[in-house]
Amino acid sequence: MADQPKIQMRDVAKAFGPKVVLDGIDLDVGVGESVVIIGGSGTGKSVTLKSILGLLTPDRGSIKVDGEEVIGMGSSDRERVNHKFGMLFQGGALFDSLPVWENVSFGLLAEKRCSRSQAHDIAIEKLAMVGMDAPVADLMPSELSGGMQKRVGLARAIASNPEVIFFDEPTTGLDPIMADVINDLIVKVTREVGATALSITHDMASARKIANRIAMLYEGKIIWQGPVEDIDNSGNEYVDQFINGKAEGPIKMAMRA
Amino acid sequence: MNPFQPIGRVFLKFLLTVGRIVTFTSLGLMHAFRPPYYPRMIVRQMIDIGYYSLPVVGLTAVFAGMVLALQSYTGFSRFSAEGAIANVVVLSITRELGPVLAGLMVAGRIGASLAAEIGTMRVTEQIDALTTLSTNPMKYLVAPRLIAGITMFPLLVLVADTIGVFGGYLVAVHKLGFNASNYLQNTWNFLTAEDVNSGLVKAAVFGFIVALMGCYHGYNSKGGAQGVGRATTNAVVSASILILCSDYILTEMFFTK
Ligand SMILES: Nc1ncnc2c1ncn2[C@@H]1O[C@H](COP(=O)(O)OP(=O)(O)OP(=O)(O)O)[C@@H](O)[C@H]1O
Ligand SMILES: [Mg+2]
Repeated sequence: MADQPKIQMRDVAKAFGPKVVLDGIDLDVGVGESVVIIGGSGTGKSVTLKSILGLLTPDRGSIKVDGEEVIGMGSSDRERVNHKFGMLFQGGALFDSLPVWENVSFGLLAEKRCSRSQAHDIAIEKLAMVGMDAPVADLMPSELSGGMQKRVGLARAIASNPEVIFFDEPTTGLDPIMADVINDLIVKVTREVGATALSITHDMASARKIANRIAMLYEGKIIWQGPVEDIDNSGNEYVDQFINGKAEGPIKMAMRA
Repeated sequence: MNPFQPIGRVFLKFLLTVGRIVTFTSLGLMHAFRPPYYPRMIVRQMIDIGYYSLPVVGLTAVFAGMVLALQSYTGFSRFSAEGAIANVVVLSITRELGPVLAGLMVAGRIGASLAAEIGTMRVTEQIDALTTLSTNPMKYLVAPRLIAGITMFPLLVLVADTIGVFGGYLVAVHKLGFNASNYLQNTWNFLTAEDVNSGLVKAAVFGFIVALMGCYHGYNSKGGAQGVGRATTNAVVSASILILCSDYILTEMFFTK
């Protein structure tokens, strides 16, 4: 099946107590495609990624990876599916008891795909891809700045050459030049290596650069999705307000004056 | 208003917690016995739990032995039974005070640090990151700590026994004027293997309890720094209480026939 999507979400819903976060998400990500989810803070973008990764269990709906239902999967099957994934966490989530190089090559070592000395070399190579020098490899994560931690997280997400990579705000906290380096890197791993990417970003410049397709999440639903070229003529006032960063518009921020 | 309602609710919550702990325990034990193992992690934990607890345990034991000799001397001299001091010291230390005091001291030290470490990993999404890197956190984090707890506590208690008896000897010989070789002979003559063994079995159980409570509360902590703080307190308190409860049960099993 050539046109079977890599990831298919149907009617996925998730609530925390009385608070409904996702309310029926439908989203397809094709093989080799790069989809970016945009949306306001706290609309459930990270929750969406965590649901696909099995870190959260949705209350209803279906999530298929390569046509295989992953909700309710046993832990060994889940592990097999997660082999296909790489994830950059919003907060980096580096292991603070391990040096940077071991963080980067953690997945490779866990799957016993290389020896420790090879892992060290691979880590340095991946760190170079995110613009970091070899000496950084032997530092501890707590010795790095926030932006550096983010880049190490990125190196870790791509280290095992996963089929699908999830980027949760890859450019947040980086300077504009480094942000562009990271954008190029994401484009490179998706276009050249053929990986599928599902990213979250608030940074519209980044979204325009890395996305084939953009989906906007609002009030628990995907209210608009389409090719990146159409983003300026979406005909959707929510999208217009969001991409132009206007305080005035249909999206109301919950604020008390 | 039904007065039984709140009681029922508390009872149900209690049952739920017990159920969770039982599930967590069986998962942890299952992963401790099934490959793959993480020898690096196990050794690291053994050093943390065993080696670095030596000063605390040694100091506790030497003073416990000393005060025991002094107390029994002042008490026993009322009915001219000073000769029994050596036996009292060695039996109390090996059967009871060695394991319980070492257990409680290490519960404070290790229970707290396990809960804080794993709790921080939980709230900074490091545990989620493990899952996405093909590593089962129960196996990688919890199992090595359980193994280290069960194996290191008996060794610590063996050290505590020796140092405690030595503390009693110091006071008896240098302060109370006992004959050194007589004292040692009395210590040795009445000691049976069962006295020491029962203490070591207790130690293994306490070690399991401390590691389990630290891991359980850390693993299930939520809500930032405050949540980690709560997990730490709960780990120490619950481990201490469980140590005292199981001490009674084990003593009854060993010595009432
Ligand atoms: N584990 C959890 N327990 C309770 N509520 C949660 C949990 N995780 C997320 N939430 C809630 O779900 C909502 C969506 O969270 P999410 O992290 O997905 O937001 P987001 O879209 O990624 O926002 P941001 O752009 O700020 O990262 C938030 O309101 C948050 O309070
Ligand atoms: Mg988020």
